[in-house]
Amino acid sequence: MDTALQVFLGILFVCCFFCLWRILRGPSAPDRTVAIDILGIVIVGFCALMAVITGKDFFINVAIVWSLVSFIGTLALAKYLQGRDFDE
Amino acid sequence: MNNLIAYIFMGIGVGFNFFGCLGLIRFPDIYNRLQAGTKCVTLGTIFILVGVMIFFGFTGTGSKALLCLLFILITSPTAAHAISKGAHRAGVALWKKSVVDKYKEDKEGTRG
Repeated sequence: MDTALQVFLGILFVCCFFCLWRILRGPSAPDRTVAIDILGIVIVGFCALMAVITGKDFFINVAIVWSLVSFIGTLALAKYLQGRDFDE
Repeated sequence: MNNLIAYIFMGIGVGFNFFGCLGLIRFPDIYNRLQAGTKCVTLGTIFILVGVMIFFGFTGTGSKALLCLLFILITSPTAAHAISKGAHRAGVALWKKSVVDKYKEDKEGTRG
């Protein structure tokens, strides 16, 4: 069963590299923003799996904080794409 | 038995994540990529967190997984909506085989 969890972690690792490839190659700024958003969500799942593998519960705290920061960052980038200031 | 159910849930979630990221690479257009990436990856991560919740039961860690799940369920569609609106306002063109652009029609209708 531990082997299954390691395979899951490997697949999520490949997903992270897919997102990084899109950040590198994306032709426009919104493509990169989408890739950053999705990278954040994938890493939340990664941290949850790490909590199961290691049995330490602080990885879940890392996942919660990562989802919060990723959401705020994505909203800020979307505001920037709309050409507005941050307080509008 | 609980562990087996948890592993099955995590496997389904990882599969959704993988195909979502594959769509992020393979689709031709920002709006298509947003569609594939955000929906699939959100559902996959929710499945992974449900698996973690089943694995740990109703302990502190399981409750935190539930909290994280609810937060992702609320915020991820909001972020995707904001990105797509921003991309449309920034003037990113649709794919050349796209057939309809209702948002543009709406904006022109309110102006004219």
